[in-house]
Amino acid sequence: MSGPLTSTFTLLYGARGWSALAAAGCVLFVAFPMLNLLAPADSVLQLSAYWVTLIGKIMCYAIVAVAMDLIWGYCGILSLGHGLFFALGGYGMGMYLMRQIGRDGQYRAELPDFMVFLDWKELPWHWWNSDSFAWALLLAVAVPGLLAYVFGYFAFRSRIKGVYFSIITQALTFAAMLLFFRNETGFGGNNGFTDFKRILGFPITTPQTRMVLFTLTGAVLIATLLLGRYLVTSKFGRVLAAIRDAEQRVMFCGYNTLHYKLFIWTLSAVLCGIAGALYVTQVGIINPGEMSPANSIEIAIWVAVGGRGTLAGAIAGAGVVNGAKSFFTQVFPEYWLYVLGMMFILVTLFMPQGIVGLLNKSRSGK
Amino acid sequence: MTAWMWPPPVEIPERHRRKAMDDAASSYGRVLKPGQLDTSHGVVLYLDNICVSFDGFKALNNLSLSIDVGELRCVIGPNGAGKTTMMDVITGKTRADSGTAFFGQTIDLKQYSEVEIAQAGIGRKFQKPTIFEQHTVFENLELSMKADKRVRKTLFARLSSAERDRIAEMLTLVRLTDSADRLAGLLSHGQKQWLEIGMLLMQEPRLLLLDEPVAGMSDDETERTAELFLTLAGKHSLVVVEHDMAFVDKIARKVTVLHEGSVLAEGAMNEVQNDPRVIEVYLGR
Repeated sequence: MSGPLTSTFTLLYGARGWSALAAAGCVLFVAFPMLNLLAPADSVLQLSAYWVTLIGKIMCYAIVAVAMDLIWGYCGILSLGHGLFFALGGYGMGMYLMRQIGRDGQYRAELPDFMVFLDWKELPWHWWNSDSFAWALLLAVAVPGLLAYVFGYFAFRSRIKGVYFSIITQALTFAAMLLFFRNETGFGGNNGFTDFKRILGFPITTPQTRMVLFTLTGAVLIATLLLGRYLVTSKFGRVLAAIRDAEQRVMFCGYNTLHYKLFIWTLSAVLCGIAGALYVTQVGIINPGEMSPANSIEIAIWVAVGGRGTLAGAIAGAGVVNGAKSFFTQVFPEYWLYVLGMMFILVTLFMPQGIVGLLNKSRSGK
Repeated sequence: MTAWMWPPPVEIPERHRRKAMDDAASSYGRVLKPGQLDTSHGVVLYLDNICVSFDGFKALNNLSLSIDVGELRCVIGPNGAGKTTMMDVITGKTRADSGTAFFGQTIDLKQYSEVEIAQAGIGRKFQKPTIFEQHTVFENLELSMKADKRVRKTLFARLSSAERDRIAEMLTLVRLTDSADRLAGLLSHGQKQWLEIGMLLMQEPRLLLLDEPVAGMSDDETERTAELFLTLAGKHSLVVVEHDMAFVDKIARKVTVLHEGSVLAEGAMNEVQNDPRVIEVYLGR
């Protein structure tokens, strides 16, 4: 059986995969906008703002899952700190959204509300240029990227691997969470940013703005998937998988594995940052809770459930787990964590290659 | 370097510069690119007084060895004699505490990383076959093929038809043509050994270090490996570490016996076999 972990030229994707992708594109870019904006409010076909936000949020998570799969599924590096890069992207965009509130906040002041509350008289230095949208985009990409690059450089140069690397990433996101919890850090403390009013001057909660953000997220998700597909089917991707399986041999083949790991690690963080920026515009809140270690572990669970080393599986995993999460947290909120834990155990025991592995098996079994 | 040389020598970075005046004469009229292998004196590998110790245990103790261009050298010795450590030192995996190690006349191995040493032209086969089990046999050879191995080149690399031909030739040489599209992890032990040898050859190394290449091979496979090595000698320089004495006898022209981290004896197989010290520590056991 050629499982999804056989890297390389496998199943990415046959004619069926491409048509599924095209169908998903049609649904995202045509059907959803029509159902949401054109269908009458009382019609059964009406797609409510609740669903638009939920699906948009899950698509942001799916981008993170693909980024995680690139580094974990293909390069064998398990990060338990990817939530940090996601949150940093969110904060980068959040600063701009806070400035867009202008004088419409509780205190009718030029400064964001939490700064007025803290009795600050002017913006701290790191809010420089935060009223520029382009600057916000740059921050959302560059801050996670730079942090990942510097952290990755030292970690990979010291040849920190496996569980040690995972633990350090976990510690990193935890440390960042503690830092962001502090009011003095200048990011709104434990409340983070919320109550956004506008983006680029457009009111942020109208169905039209939401739909634009929704389709944009869908486009970024598809682009991420295609980029990932290009990478893993290229020679670069085969080197990555080789590093995962026998790093020493790769080095003795003359590849500088440090550069390979650093490249995919940084790229993965940047993708998370983009996802975080898209997330905050749709969900309307970002706080240090996003950096909690549990969040980052959940990202790994999405990928494990979907199937490592398949890209599409990461998206499926993010969808299934988050779908289940929003169901359970509404219906049986106290049981959600048990369900999540069970899901992870069952997947590990019975479907080590996740949903995609199961699909492949049932297909080849016929 | 002195000022009176003509043509004036190009500025070579400090770490690539040859040490002292070991062979100043050979540089007249020739300018070496940094890191370029220079074997004009007929020696491809030169180890002198190498010492390595781990927590007080002397794995290598004043080891001196030189390998000529195109030579096939067998290294034997009882367990713990330092054979694998010697390979680790040559390939940059372990740093020598003292002594000198040169690849050709110009490349001071002590100053390079594993990756740079591999790129300079030293290929190594590990004791346990190390191949990419989740890749096909073809991809294993593709990845090890000599090429620009920087990230930005690899991202856009496409196999040319000449490269495909090279891989096909290598598949024939290591008799894996029929298995080209199989996962390497599914090969038999002997086939994995051959694949790894094929991967080394794809790197076009000047010097091949082979750690127990016939371990786990059938007699027939061992026989064919011996033939292969004899055809490789001349084009490449080979250092073979092996326990299988019949195999060593078949391929060896010159044998080095290591014992407790240094060279005990060196010479033709029958000379070495009749050396009383060698008999005592190794062969006569």
